[in-house]
This record gives sequence, structure tokens and C-alpha cells, in this order.
Amino acid sequence: MLPATPTDFTPWASLGGGILIGVSAVMVMALFGRIAGIAGITAGAVAQGDRAWRIAFIAGLLAAPIMWLIATGAFPAQTVSDNLPGMGIAGLLVGIGTALGSGCTSGHGVCGLARLSGRSLAAVVTFIVFAAATVFVLRHMIGGSI
Amino acid sequence: MRPLFGFLSGLVFGIGLILSGMANPAKVLNFLDIFGAWDPSLAFVMGGASLTAFVGYRLAWRQDRPALMPSFDIPSASHIDGKLLSGAALFGIGWGIGGFCPGPAWTAVPMAATGTLVFVPAMLIGIVIGRALKSSTFQTRST
Repeated sequence: MLPATPTDFTPWASLGGGILIGVSAVMVMALFGRIAGIAGITAGAVAQGDRAWRIAFIAGLLAAPIMWLIATGAFPAQTVSDNLPGMGIAGLLVGIGTALGSGCTSGHGVCGLARLSGRSLAAVVTFIVFAAATVFVLRHMIGGSI
Repeated sequence: MRPLFGFLSGLVFGIGLILSGMANPAKVLNFLDIFGAWDPSLAFVMGGASLTAFVGYRLAWRQDRPALMPSFDIPSASHIDGKLLSGAALFGIGWGIGGFCPGPAWTAVPMAATGTLVFVPAMLIGIVIGRALKSSTFQTRST
């Protein structure tokens, strides 16, 4: 868990980045006929079946910060917690939760909402409420001490 | 062709995550910190992405089939059940602890922060556990 690192409100960059994410989701639908859910693509890349395009998609995600470095001269700004037990638990919960709940921020959030899926809307409301409650507890009740 | 276009789709997605700020866990956690250092930027990410996909999907679905596959394969489930909600709750707790959901976790790997290098393998193990739970739990209650 990170102590609060101040970040600037960036509506235009965030809107532009969101539109690119949407364009990618449309590419995956128009080309592959699938949902661009990263949890699902990750699971599909390690399972049997049609793995090649999913592995290539993840390679594209990995290439993005390298292209960013080449284009701008610096890696993207990021602050990652160095609480390693916390990050291990977080990773396990994200993996278990997205597999059990059939989707993540992109699969239920972007693609599910675009399909007007009530099931995805229920998932999105649930994970945002639980995530916000977790941040509230860690930052404001126990002071980010884990 | 499929791997090439898969790579390009992933690259566009990843650049979008970085440009939007969503690849930075600090920005995600501040979005979730409604009663603290609230940064509402990520609402613009979700809004821009969902609206673009809403319009683009309807154009894509005018075709008989996707360009590189024999047919569309779109989730058909519509029921809201315990697996969906408990999975979403667990995911939300993990997202709130680390500030990473799966896409941004992948784009963070080349920067090789120690926290990322712990998170991503744990996430992959979690996916394997979650898939096993999904196919076993609650099965006694299904018909």
C-alpha cells in the first residue's frame, strides 16, 4: 500500500488515453471477435487453445512503455509500492478475483459497459466499491501501515 | 496475421494506459481515495474507453464475422451470481491494495520495479487458483 503520492488532475490526457483503450477494444472485436479483457486474455494465453494472438497482445502491452521511452526519452512516470508481502497478496487477489468474477477493469469495465451488460455493471460497481473501501481502510483507518 | 494484429492491439491498449495515467498505481489509488487525495482523472479514462467501444462495437457487429476469425465469441451469461460478485469483491480489494489491475501490471513489467515483479507472478498464480475455484465452487448449487 502506497502512502498518498499527490497526482495532478489530467482530464484531457486521461480522455485521450481512454479513447485509445477503446480503439484497441474495437480492434480486438473487429479483428478477433472477442472481448479485450486483459484478465481473460492473460488466462487464455496460459491455457490451451488459441494462444498465439493473446501472447502477442501481451507482448504489445509490454512493448508500450519501451515505445514510450523511445518516443519521449523517459519511461512513463509510476510509483509502485515496495511493500512486497502487500504486493504479493494484491497480485493473488487480483488474479483469483478476476478469474472467479470473469473479468477485470477492461473486460467488465470498458467492454462490458460498452455491451450494456447488466452483469458487468454489477461487477464494476462491486469492484470499485470494494477497492475504494480498501483504500479508505488502509489510508484513513490504519494509516497505510501494512 | 493474427499475432501481428494481436501485438498492434496490445500496443495501442498499452499506450492508452500510459497516456491516461492508469499505468501509474499512485494515480489509480488517488482515484479510489474519494475521501482523501481524490484525483478523478480515471473517470475520464473509463468514460472515453467505454463510449469509444460502445460506438465501435456497433460498427464491428455490422460485419458477418470478425476479420481474422470465423465467428464472434461474445460472453452470453446474463445472470448475476455469487461467483461474479465474490470475484469482483476480491479483485477490488487487491486493486485497492496495490493500485494495479491486470493491464497496467503488464505495462509496468519493463520498468521492473520490485513490487511489480512480485505482483505479476502472484497474479498469474491467482488466475490459476481462481479458474480452479470457478469450476469447482458453487457447483453443488447449479443444476
